[in-house]
Amino acid sequence: MSSATTPPDSDPSRRRQVHSMLKMYYGLNEEGKCTEQAESLDPCDINGPHFDPEIYLNKLRQECSLGELMDHESCMVKQIRSLDSDMQTLVYENYNKFISATDTIRKMKNDFKKMEDEMDCLSANMTAITEFSARISGTLQDQHTQITKLSGVHTLLRKLQFLFELPARLNKCLELQAYAQAVNAHRKARCVLQQYSHMPSFRGIQDDCHVIMEQLAQQLRQKFRDGGSSAKDLSECVELLLQLDEPAEELCDKFLSHAQSRLEADLQGLEAELKDSPVADTSAASTHKPSPGPNPVSPSKSSTSNPFLSPTAGTDILEFIDRGCNEFVSSLCLVIASYQELFINRPQEGELSSKNIPEMANGKLHVFVDTLAARYFSLVERRIQEEKGVGDNSLLVRALDRFHRRLQAITKLLPGSAVPSQGTEIVVRAARERIKQYLLALQTFYHDSLTDVRQALAAPRLTVGGASTSGGGALAASKDAQPNLSELLTSLSNFILNQLKSVLASVHLFTAKDITFSNKPYFRGEFCSQGVREGLVVSFIKFICQSSRQYCESAGDRGGSTPPALLLLLSRLCLDYETSTISYILTLTDEQFLVQHHTPVTPVTALCAEAREAAQKLLNHYVKVQGLIISQMLRKSVETRDWVNTIEPRNVRAVMKRVVEDTTSIDVQVGLLYEEGVRKAHSSDSSKRTFSVYSSSRQQIRYAPSYTPSAPMDTNLLSNIHKLFSERIDIFSPVEFNKVSVLTGIIKISLKTFLECVRLRTFGRYGLQQIQVDCHYLQMYLWRFVSDENLVHFLLDEIVGSAAHRCLDPSPMEQSVIEVICERG
Amino acid sequence: MEDDAPVIYGLEFQARALTAQTAETDAIRFLVGTQSLKFDNQIHIIDFDDENNMINKNVLLHDAGEIWHISTSPADKGVLTTCYNKTSESRVLTCAAVWRMPPEWESGSHESPDDSSNNPQTLELLCHLDNTAHGSVACVLWEPMGDGKRVISLAENHVLLSDLQESSSKATISSSATLEGKGQLKFTTGKWSPHHNCTQLATANDTAIRGWDLRSMSQMYCIENAHGQLVRDLDFNPNKQYYLASCGDDCKVKFWDVRHISEPVKCLEEHSHWVWSVRYNHSHDQLVLTGSSDSRLILSNMVSISSEPFGHLVDDDDLSDNEETQQDDKVKEPLQDSIIATYEEHEDSVYAVEWSAADPWLFASLSYDGRLVINRVPRAIKYRILL
Repeated sequence: MSSATTPPDSDPSRRRQVHSMLKMYYGLNEEGKCTEQAESLDPCDINGPHFDPEIYLNKLRQECSLGELMDHESCMVKQIRSLDSDMQTLVYENYNKFISATDTIRKMKNDFKKMEDEMDCLSANMTAITEFSARISGTLQDQHTQITKLSGVHTLLRKLQFLFELPARLNKCLELQAYAQAVNAHRKARCVLQQYSHMPSFRGIQDDCHVIMEQLAQQLRQKFRDGGSSAKDLSECVELLLQLDEPAEELCDKFLSHAQSRLEADLQGLEAELKDSPVADTSAASTHKPSPGPNPVSPSKSSTSNPFLSPTAGTDILEFIDRGCNEFVSSLCLVIASYQELFINRPQEGELSSKNIPEMANGKLHVFVDTLAARYFSLVERRIQEEKGVGDNSLLVRALDRFHRRLQAITKLLPGSAVPSQGTEIVVRAARERIKQYLLALQTFYHDSLTDVRQALAAPRLTVGGASTSGGGALAASKDAQPNLSELLTSLSNFILNQLKSVLASVHLFTAKDITFSNKPYFRGEFCSQGVREGLVVSFIKFICQSSRQYCESAGDRGGSTPPALLLLLSRLCLDYETSTISYILTLTDEQFLVQHHTPVTPVTALCAEAREAAQKLLNHYVKVQGLIISQMLRKSVETRDWVNTIEPRNVRAVMKRVVEDTTSIDVQVGLLYEEGVRKAHSSDSSKRTFSVYSSSRQQIRYAPSYTPSAPMDTNLLSNIHKLFSERIDIFSPVEFNKVSVLTGIIKISLKTFLECVRLRTFGRYGLQQIQVDCHYLQMYLWRFVSDENLVHFLLDEIVGSAAHRCLDPSPMEQSVIEVICERG
Repeated sequence: MEDDAPVIYGLEFQARALTAQTAETDAIRFLVGTQSLKFDNQIHIIDFDDENNMINKNVLLHDAGEIWHISTSPADKGVLTTCYNKTSESRVLTCAAVWRMPPEWESGSHESPDDSSNNPQTLELLCHLDNTAHGSVACVLWEPMGDGKRVISLAENHVLLSDLQESSSKATISSSATLEGKGQLKFTTGKWSPHHNCTQLATANDTAIRGWDLRSMSQMYCIENAHGQLVRDLDFNPNKQYYLASCGDDCKVKFWDVRHISEPVKCLEEHSHWVWSVRYNHSHDQLVLTGSSDSRLILSNMVSISSEPFGHLVDDDDLSDNEETQQDDKVKEPLQDSIIATYEEHEDSVYAVEWSAADPWLFASLSYDGRLVINRVPRAIKYRILL
């Protein structure tokens, strides 16, 4: 209808104007307010809000003529008419809209009404439902709580049942030996029982359980103790016991003591063996003694006990050690291993971990191992000490090797333990001991050899002694008997050397490569240098020198129990040692043992010097002893005779012959071992015939004046002059290592004794003559032995001179007569 | 520090017997007895003038026979004993007698020293020590430091203790002891111990040394095999009562503590032949003199076994307290034993050595060829001992 009302000429500006006026009317101003306000302030603006029709009319009336007023009025009426029509259209238009809106609202109102009713209905329904639901849950509440309670009771009852059944179950487990289950069950129940223990029934159960568990523990312990059980069983046992709150310490103790008892048995077995072995061992030892081949000097071991006759032949050391290793050491290792598994390496759980068991257990284990090992070691050491026989060293070395090797297992098991090092120490000690024993054996061997040499010397000696009384035969006899002196020397020195070599070879076993302990620092260093070289070889050489020197000192004083030949032999032996043997032995040792001298060792030269000194001493002593034997004869012969009242000499005295004989045999003896030596060139008158000329002329010049009454001074003068030109004679002086020097020494001693004895006596005429004869005889034979025959001449002259001095009636015998007597023998 | 050269005196005869004049403490005087079978034997009285290094000799005739041993009375300068060989009916017997020197020998010698050898005075015989029953006398010993009334003579295997009465003109045997045993035992020498109130005697026979108690005349100890061979001489340490020195044919000098006779305390082996004589210095017992038939004389310093093992005890005048000194000395190292000197002036066997009775630093030695040598302890040693 609006469209119908709107005139087609109504342009937009007009519409706008209308619109805005409407708007204004309704008080809605939007755009163009300012202008409107500016306009509106003008009360004459017909379209403004402040329009005042009075003012407007006045104004118009004042300004406008009637015509104009008439025009204005017709415009006005036109405008009012258009506006009214506009208004009519607008109202119409809006009326329609309003009608439709009202209709819609009316419709809606109806709809809402319906909905409201439905909503009310729903609400009512809901209330009903709620009501019902509340009612239902109210009814069900009781039952529900009851059910809950019942279910709780049910669980409790089941627990209780378990508890009540526990003793029976435990018993059953016990019967079935299902200890683990039992313990498990008990463990579960334990807390509850503990908690409700104030209630008598539970208490009863607890007590019952206690008793049963006690039993169980007892059984476990029994089992534990019985030891027949396997390691696994045992470990189970221990675990269960630990779970049973058995104190771990006690368990450790028990375990160890249990193990100890077993090991103890092993040890006792060893000890028993040790106890009955000594008897067998000595026999074994005697068989081990070195038995050198068939040789004149072989030490004749009087081993009365035949080794084959001793059936009880005790186990040798290897067997012993083997047994020790297999029984004791291996079970010890086993014990350690299982112990460690049980107590130390066990995964810690629960309250057990707090008790610090491993530490405690480890400590206990160490103590345990140490004590047992100490006992074992003491046994082993005892056994080793019994190993006196030095024959087969390889056995001992092998035994020690095994011993040492097996101890390594303990090192692996028990890293911190001192046991292996102690074991090594034992080995070291054994090695040291061994060296000492070898030294001792060598020394006894040496002594035995010497005893044999002595016997070998004594036997022919006797025959010589017997023969020499019969005069001339003696020389031949002694010559026959003597040659074995050099043989004796070579065999003796070979023997000693061989023995030493074999000992070195034996000792060398200690350092063999396949022996575990040979790479220990001790065996590489100290053992070789200090032990073998110094302790064995050098000591032995020193021992030889020392014992040789002892022959000079002790025996010499008390009348010489040592046969002189032995002295001579030893002297040569020492000299040989000095020249070659010592350096040979030491080089051999150094090579064999690759001795690296960390510590200062005795140099070869020192040993050689010692040997030489010993040789010199022995030879000096030999000279002294032989000289004394001859001097003794001479002294007795001079002292016991009544020289004043003797008969005219017909013969050379037997003593002189004996002296010459003995000197000859000494000469032969020494010649066997020592070189000839240098003697001063014999003067042409050395032969017997020319000697007598010399002798007679000298002697006559010499003491012819002495018994002319006027000349006591002359004698002195002559002898003094003589002495001025001759060198001083050292009677007991060191000799050189040759035959001539030795013989010179002996003869010097003898003649000097003769001289001193003569000076103590008083002679009659025939006494003097006898001395003359004797001296001549000596001169005939002795010159050839000495280095400087003038020495003999001088001493003999002195003797005759002294005798002449001491003579009451000095009338000397004719030289020719003397010669005749001497030649007659 | 140069030492005086030794003084040498030659006798015409061979000689073995030498002694210092024990009773003479002013003059240095030695007596030497000669051995001659053909001539009259003499006793040479050797006076040594220390200041001028000169010797005065006087000769007394001893016509009884050759002298083997001589000793002087500790109380009377003029009295001496000799052991001499008497040859009668082609038997040689060693006798002993007490003699008195003629009183005028001293004056006579001073007037005409040259004459004395030509016309010597003779000893006056006081008495014989009768021994016909007992055989040859080896030596006669005066009681040390005694009044010259008691002597011991060793005859064969008898010990005879005699009292000299009526100015030594009569000798009576007051007690005796006899050594019994296998074989012919014979004393070679002996020594009367100056200790224990002179109640002990040591004798030597063969290789054994025996000690005797003179009160009971019984054997106290016996060192069998003291030497390897014959024991030639003995001497007691003048300051240490149990110490004894011995020497013998084994060329050794041994020092014994008679309380422990199994082993010698010390043993010296320096001589190259028999040692015939050993003498302790009378006041400084570390000085030991030995004479041997290797013609040598050795003076040893045996400090370690002497009575002054730590040197001279009173060397420090400030230390009046004796105990303190001794404590000091204990800290000191014992001095080393050593040979002081070897004297080679002799050319024949030395059979006798003696220290002077008057001068402790002077000694004489006598060799068989009749050479008497008078020596002094080297000054260095002397001062070391004294200072």
